[in-house]
Amino acid sequence: MRKGEITKVSGPLVVAKGMTGSKMYDVVRVSEERLVGEIVGLAGDLASIQVYEDTSGIGPGEPVFMTDEPLFVELGPGLIESIFDGIQRPLDIIKESSGDYITRGIEVPALERNKKWHFKPLVKAGTEVGPGDILGQVQETSLVVHKILVPPGAGGKIRDIKEGEFLVTDVICALENNKQKHDLTMMHRWPVRIPRDYRERLAPSLTLSTGQRVIDTFFPIAKGGTACCPGPFGSGKTVIQHQLAKWADAEIIVYIGCGERGNEMTDVLLEFPELKDPRSGEPLMKRTVLIANTSNMPVAAREASVYTGITIAEYFRDMGYSVAVMADSTSRWAEAMREISGRLEEMPGEEGYPAYLAARVSSFYERAGRVKTLGRPEREGALSVVGAVSPPGGDLSDPVVQATLRVVKVFWSLEDKLAYQRHFPAISWLNSYSLYLDDVADDMNKMTAKGFTELSREAMKLLEQEAELQEIVRLIGVDALSPEDRLILEGARSIREDFLHQNAFHEIDTYASLKKQYEMLSVCMFNYNMAREALKRGAAFDDIVKMDIRNKIARMKYLEESKLDAIVALKDQLSKEFDHLIKQETGVGEAGKRGTGETAKTGDLEKRSEK
Amino acid sequence: MIKEYSSISNVAGPLLLVEGVGGAKYEELVEIYTRTGEKKRGRVLEVDKDKALVQIFEGSTGIDVKDCRVRFLGKTLNIGVSADMLGRVFDGLGSPKDGGPAIIPEAMLDVNGAPINPTARDYPNEFIQTGISSVDGINTLVRGQKLPVFSGSGLPHNRVAAQIVRQAKVLGKEEEFAVVFGAMGITFEEANFFIQDFTKSGALERVVLFLNLADDPAIERISTPRVAFTVAEYLAFAKGLHILVVLSDMTNYAEALREISAARKEIPGRRGYPGYLYTDLASIYERSGRIKGKKGSITLIPILSMPEDDKTHPIPDLTGYITEGQIILSRPLYRKKISPPVDVQQSLSRLKDKGIGKDKTREDHADLFNQLIACYARGKEAAELAVILGEAALSDLDKIYLKFATEYEERYISQGEYEDRTIEQTLDLGWELLRMVPRNEMKRVRDEYLKKYYDTKQANRNE
Repeated sequence: MRKGEITKVSGPLVVAKGMTGSKMYDVVRVSEERLVGEIVGLAGDLASIQVYEDTSGIGPGEPVFMTDEPLFVELGPGLIESIFDGIQRPLDIIKESSGDYITRGIEVPALERNKKWHFKPLVKAGTEVGPGDILGQVQETSLVVHKILVPPGAGGKIRDIKEGEFLVTDVICALENNKQKHDLTMMHRWPVRIPRDYRERLAPSLTLSTGQRVIDTFFPIAKGGTACCPGPFGSGKTVIQHQLAKWADAEIIVYIGCGERGNEMTDVLLEFPELKDPRSGEPLMKRTVLIANTSNMPVAAREASVYTGITIAEYFRDMGYSVAVMADSTSRWAEAMREISGRLEEMPGEEGYPAYLAARVSSFYERAGRVKTLGRPEREGALSVVGAVSPPGGDLSDPVVQATLRVVKVFWSLEDKLAYQRHFPAISWLNSYSLYLDDVADDMNKMTAKGFTELSREAMKLLEQEAELQEIVRLIGVDALSPEDRLILEGARSIREDFLHQNAFHEIDTYASLKKQYEMLSVCMFNYNMAREALKRGAAFDDIVKMDIRNKIARMKYLEESKLDAIVALKDQLSKEFDHLIKQETGVGEAGKRGTGETAKTGDLEKRSEK
Repeated sequence: MIKEYSSISNVAGPLLLVEGVGGAKYEELVEIYTRTGEKKRGRVLEVDKDKALVQIFEGSTGIDVKDCRVRFLGKTLNIGVSADMLGRVFDGLGSPKDGGPAIIPEAMLDVNGAPINPTARDYPNEFIQTGISSVDGINTLVRGQKLPVFSGSGLPHNRVAAQIVRQAKVLGKEEEFAVVFGAMGITFEEANFFIQDFTKSGALERVVLFLNLADDPAIERISTPRVAFTVAEYLAFAKGLHILVVLSDMTNYAEALREISAARKEIPGRRGYPGYLYTDLASIYERSGRIKGKKGSITLIPILSMPEDDKTHPIPDLTGYITEGQIILSRPLYRKKISPPVDVQQSLSRLKDKGIGKDKTREDHADLFNQLIACYARGKEAAELAVILGEAALSDLDKIYLKFATEYEERYISQGEYEDRTIEQTLDLGWELLRMVPRNEMKRVRDEYLKKYYDTKQANRNE
């Protein structure tokens, strides 16, 4: 193995001489401790190396071993349910071998080498195969059938393929190509910084339902789409990421904990095996891959962790699955870039971030998409990416936020103001947007009811009107508003409190199917429309807002998915109660008077509470 | 092999450049002998060929280019730890400061520690009763959490921290907390306040103090929290104690870090702080927690003063991104003589959900605190409105909320410095206050709890 010699050590950056012949982004092993590093700069025979492990105690004169290979991930059965660090070392195995703390220079294969998997061929000997063709499958977990693909670059005629129990390194299939024999195992490797090939990109048109009402109804993300949720600390970024990882309608979840808290990863590790997938009833962990590079783990590995995660996700996409990647938080990734860039003494761009920040961010998100994959049988896969961004002080002018917003199509704006009122998820309905609204409209309506998108548009209009009216209220008080306007405030309040507000820690409220979302919103809007009608026909505003049935509307979010009828039934009850109200009021004949003036006070409170 | 050099070529601020060095290592510990024979300590920040950049902990006073000798010790900064350290006072680098004998180490540990493997962590979920309603009821602290106190100059953060230390206990368990206290750049008076308080409550036997006071070398502060955590880790995970680490004041720590960064001419991030401030703070804060199969735990309460009470200043901002919540002290509340002036709206404990509820505190806790916060938020808005439009313009319900908010501040948030409320008292007080507000406003509480707590107790009270 060729080697160079260290000349400089500065934190995670090491410079070595005698490195002629190595390439950019080649992996090297630093010192006798064999710390993993990656070449990020070359000048003459000097190479700048970012080291993925702590460099204390390393000094000039020590060797650097060249591997002449870029940073790879291992792809094959054994990925699901694993937890890896930023360069795909399995943390559970590391714990067994080196205890509670992560020490240096550990070399462990990413995929378990001693475990046998049952491989079932799906093609016969004699078939011509090419890259991406499905050779067979392994039932990896109760939720995931792991398709074994012909690796990129390989192909030929199958000479032999066998069924049975195999290790990931065992030969399961032999190919013949121009008289050359080529053995395939269940596992292959892929460099993390290079996107995996596909046949064709498709436009996003399917909804990735998430069970979160504010997201699905107002700011949906498409399968193969990209979204970001920037917000100050305490606004619930991580809770949203967790909720999506739990309830998103994807077949595979890759959760990248990039420079965040250790306890959050522990939370996922402890909670996901307990939680049941709402569709299959199986534990959520059975479809999840975790990448954990917590904030106190080496900074350079943080930079690699997002690439490791997305490459694994692409691999599952190539099997024809819908995959969702959660990256929490991309700001830490950008900061890792900044730190390395600073140590390389590169000319900084904005806020000290390197000038290539935006390019890196956009090329990362561009790896998302819905595609026709390579190989036969023909299949579609989708890779959706949701990135959390943690701008300093919640300031959206932060370069990472701005670079992200330029590429992602969905923006969930988290606001601390909402969080302080304990309105969760604290996604601002006024500032957020989704550019997939029209793309997924058909799909959405197909899954719920015809008028779903129409309904959500109406509800959004109401919320926007509310914001305008609030301005007036703040200046001159609520009494100045007409009963109709006050009803708008009431209607919007009901949407906010009864629909948008969702408790992630409530066993039922944590997930709402699209169907339930539709029924709930439709009750809210029905209530509002009935109220408006009643007002027109002479009912008093005060009496409308006092109706008892409003309590039932407030509690419909706690109804189980199996009891959607009860939500639908609310509409009938509403009709009856309003009929009753109108009869009563118009019978007495003083409804007109009571609709305004002092008796209408209760309504005001509501509007004020929003501010 | 110990090597000694007298080839200092450059001294700038706390940094020293030594040339012609062979085999220096990154992070290696260094001893510097001045002409007068005084010994200083430092560590290698960067090695480039034969040049080593050394950061001096004690400051560069008395160092000259000609006669100073630099000795490279061939090891990183280690500290000898022992259970006997309880009840002792040390300086910011871990040398005894109380005139007592040197510590006979049971183990030598690297002060930088190593990251805890996330799979080895155990999730913090044991409720700590601090006896302070605004913490227990709203921003519940759990064992193994890191919960900072964000404060400002002139606010009583020390009193709040001292009260937490004094009263913290885990219900149903007898073990008491041992305290590791790291003082970074605080004044003698502040340090003395803590020492007096520990003495008074008889806790001094269970406290390890690391004192780097305001007039001690600023650069030493960079090691203080690491030394403190090294001892805390030893006591918690090797000796099975439950440790409460209090670090005060993290702002001074960050400023020392900025000083080094500036001396190295690094590209500054926001407000001149280095770009790696986040990573650096994380390498301290993340050392707290619980480990599976280990009896002990480390709970961290760092105190930091926000310059100009600005929460978006890099230090509180980055801290908030790492810690599991924050307790923010509010100046307007303090002016109203509400003490401890905890801003319950902006404060947050991220781990509370797993630490409260049935068998931990009480079943109604979660619903109750959601409702309290919602009502308080509404009351605050009513108060704002009253300022603009006059109280007369408020609706009847708004007036109720306004009254609720005032009572909530005066009775719930405000409490005596030595008042130790049990969690039942805190919860019942919450219900008592909620009863000021009509029942149909209780939208965040399950019906069963309303029946059990809102209705029944009211009947009792009316007798």
